[in-house]
Amino acid sequence: MPVAFLADSILDLAWGVVLFWLALGGASLLLHGSPRLLTRLVFPLGALGALGIAGVGVAGLILPASAMVLPIGLPDLPFHLRLDALSAFFMVLLGGAAFGITVYATGYFRSMAAGPLALLAMWYHLFLAGMVTVLLADDAYAFMVAWEVMALSSYFLVTTDHKIPEIRRAGFLYLLIAHVGAVSLLLAFGVLQGGEGDYTFNTMRLAELTPFWSSAVFLLALFGFGAKAGLVPLHVWLPEAHPAAPSPVSALMSGVMLKTAIYGLLRATFDLLNVQIGWWGTLALALGLITALYGVIFAAVQSDMKRLLAWSSIENIGVILAAFGLTLIFHTDGKGALAALTLTALLYHALNHAFFKGLLFVGTGSVLHATGERRMGHLGGLMRAMPWTAWLTLIGALAIAGLPPLNGFVSEWLLLQAFLFTPGLTQPYLDMVVPVAAASVALAAALAAYVMVKFYGVVFLGQPRDPALRHAHDAGWPERLGMLWLAAGCVLLGLLPTQVIGWLEPVVLMLTGQTLPGAGSWLLLAPVSTERASYAPLIFLAVVVVVLLLTYLWVRRVYHGRVRRSDPWDCGYPEGDARMQDSAEGFGQPIRQIFEVFMRVERETPDPFDRKPHYRGDSRDKLWLLIYQPIDDLTAWLSKQAGRLQHGRIQWYLIYSFATLIFLLVFAAR
Amino acid sequence: MSVSLQLAQTLLAILLAPLLMGWVNQCRAWLQGRSAPPITQPYRTLRKLFHKDAVIAHNASPLFRFAPYMIFACMALAAGIVPTIANDLPFSPAADVIALVGVFALARVFLALAAMDIGTSFGSLGARREMLVSFLAEPALLMVFFTASLISQSTELPHIVETLAHKDFAIYPSLAFAAVAFWMITVAENARIPVDNPTTHLELTMIHEAMILEYSARHLALIEWAVALKLFTYSTLGIALFLPWGIAPHGDVAALPLALAAMVAKLALGGALLSFMEAISAKVRLFRAPEFLGTAFMLAVLGMLIHFLLEV
Repeated sequence: MPVAFLADSILDLAWGVVLFWLALGGASLLLHGSPRLLTRLVFPLGALGALGIAGVGVAGLILPASAMVLPIGLPDLPFHLRLDALSAFFMVLLGGAAFGITVYATGYFRSMAAGPLALLAMWYHLFLAGMVTVLLADDAYAFMVAWEVMALSSYFLVTTDHKIPEIRRAGFLYLLIAHVGAVSLLLAFGVLQGGEGDYTFNTMRLAELTPFWSSAVFLLALFGFGAKAGLVPLHVWLPEAHPAAPSPVSALMSGVMLKTAIYGLLRATFDLLNVQIGWWGTLALALGLITALYGVIFAAVQSDMKRLLAWSSIENIGVILAAFGLTLIFHTDGKGALAALTLTALLYHALNHAFFKGLLFVGTGSVLHATGERRMGHLGGLMRAMPWTAWLTLIGALAIAGLPPLNGFVSEWLLLQAFLFTPGLTQPYLDMVVPVAAASVALAAALAAYVMVKFYGVVFLGQPRDPALRHAHDAGWPERLGMLWLAAGCVLLGLLPTQVIGWLEPVVLMLTGQTLPGAGSWLLLAPVSTERASYAPLIFLAVVVVVLLLTYLWVRRVYHGRVRRSDPWDCGYPEGDARMQDSAEGFGQPIRQIFEVFMRVERETPDPFDRKPHYRGDSRDKLWLLIYQPIDDLTAWLSKQAGRLQHGRIQWYLIYSFATLIFLLVFAAR
Repeated sequence: MSVSLQLAQTLLAILLAPLLMGWVNQCRAWLQGRSAPPITQPYRTLRKLFHKDAVIAHNASPLFRFAPYMIFACMALAAGIVPTIANDLPFSPAADVIALVGVFALARVFLALAAMDIGTSFGSLGARREMLVSFLAEPALLMVFFTASLISQSTELPHIVETLAHKDFAIYPSLAFAAVAFWMITVAENARIPVDNPTTHLELTMIHEAMILEYSARHLALIEWAVALKLFTYSTLGIALFLPWGIAPHGDVAALPLALAAMVAKLALGGALLSFMEAISAKVRLFRAPEFLGTAFMLAVLGMLIHFLLEV
């Protein structure tokens, strides 16, 4: 059986890369004296490992599933590993994005001090290894161990700059919510094994659960994975923790780690649970849409570029979850082809998001490196000083805004197509849900374009808001290569949708039991039939390029190409300076005004007689106030009550011991 | 045959678009009691602009010079997708209505980015307002297309036109809602009163003009041409969706002259109506514009909802 042998050997290879990363992590601690070796050797080798994982993923999509048992772990509880199409797809995502980001990291961390760098390199590779093990795990024990490794290593990565109090606070919040989520997952697995006492996924697949317990599992999984993914209202840690980490780590967390939660949700719902119930889908759809709109509205009012991107990640996770909800709805309604379509859109969007969000985060990393500034109000005009970073980031910004012919548009197109096939659902109320859902997705996509114009326009265009920005240095070659890889991913995923969808087919088949009818050719994407809908990005791009060139040549040939440089016209106003451009707050002002109900806005407006007028507008998350603040207050109150027990006097403590003893004796005597 | 028809139709759209603009301006002048400029005035303006030397700010980046070509190319592509006189468009499978919305968005984002490139206060003001208008107009447009697509079971414009034009006559209440919404979106997206005023240079009111203040000569000419093309494309889109009668069906060459005549008549009527609506309404305050567009959005969603409830 050569095929089975091949499948087994790629699983060995995947586990080998995990061990290789662990070894690299260990080696980086030993190399703490030589930062050059760390950036020139450890990180490039790590990137090579990522490429290996991507290769394993591609092979795993073609080959049949394979499993193995590792003799590590507790006695009687060995690690079970399994590589099937779903894991393989997420490994392609992980490997593809992590390769670009790690190549970028070789350059990015060059100027870091040796000691922290060695620690960072260790946690970085441990983080990668943890994420791959999450994808490979085939029993709840291995899954939870890997999940915790991933959470803890990313916690230490977030708190790299632990001397700054806000970062410590962000890290703590992240750790807290990650663990609340992990507890929920633990409970979900506990229910899933159905009283067998055996925690392998195989047993869970066979366990017969009543609808009540199935729903309990789904809700627990949605809570647990939602906490990791940044589902509203469990999102509060995300805009704090993601920006606090060094940029390549932010890129990994936003681009890849959030997807492990999506993986878990798909694994638990479609693979481990053997029945699905319709209302789960409606719930996930509603939560996803709320998350998408909430995320994009808050992204529009941010003034810190990394926080803006973090909020935009919440939006994208919302879109993915909405697609997940739709998949569930269609799947339980017996509309297999539609479920396949939405699942394709979901997976495609997850893959896209890994590439463009990775690209944007490392782009901000280069800006941060060159200027030391994250606040958009102090940046501007970087297009002139940093052309490489600026043009490559532009690709990411256009892609995330969902513009054709880049990749963001393809997944959006697929998802929107799904809404158009919905008539004929058996649940009549869904007929009303679907138009509203379609409208919300369209609205979130349009707002994403607003956010990206703001992000790109304020940071890279216009005049520099600080004279020093004119001399900002561009990214070095390793950074450029990393960004080029990610940008190439955005372009290729946009231009070759039929090929990508072909690769997704095994995953879709595995989860929904059906594939897309697919009537198109290699050039033409037509998920159902060419009469219904089709899109050909290559032709699209070719037409735009041809028209562009023809126009250019015609204008030059028939007329002339003379250019005169002068000062800006600006309606004849001569005093315009960099401070008169829109600031980040200014650009977000219309959105803040329209959606003020969702925010708690703090304004500081100057007095007319102020010598140094200062304006500040801060929009905060109202959900923090409504949900988390009461919990925080309650915890503080309870601790205070418990604190009353402690007086610091020995006689009181003796009385406590005595009372406990009496109580226990009474208890035992009965 | 069909390829040459596609090319001819696209070229015709590109060449005739300024004429529609001239007609609207002429009608508006008449309604306002001014003596009207000749209908060919936009061509003269374009010719004048192409002959001038381009004046560009010192700190303009390559993006600023690239954007006009990009915007023009996007609009030409959009014009190529929409059936104007014939339904026989071999290029149309490459981009359906959702891609059409994407093309408009692509052009808009490039214009907004170019506006922010010089770093003047007006440029970023215009970009922000344009994105404000579009974040509601774009989903509304998508919903209008969705209603038409649900009726015709296709997102390809030729198929939509085919179904709507050649079906037995039936009244679709959802399309009525969609038509009103589409009119409002057209007004907003083409920078017309009451959302924007194409002739204003008053800083408090301008949206589109604020974005292109820094452009001159050939770059400005390309943008103006693209604007005319956008109005033309939106008009033909409206006609294709709501008044599709007369568009020559697939492979019917004999129907072409009649289709051309019908299209000219419909465009003339539509242009006159647009200038009439402009003449009788006043420009709204900027923060009324989201309400105006919110109404359009709601109407479009209602249209879709009505289709689901009544027409399935």
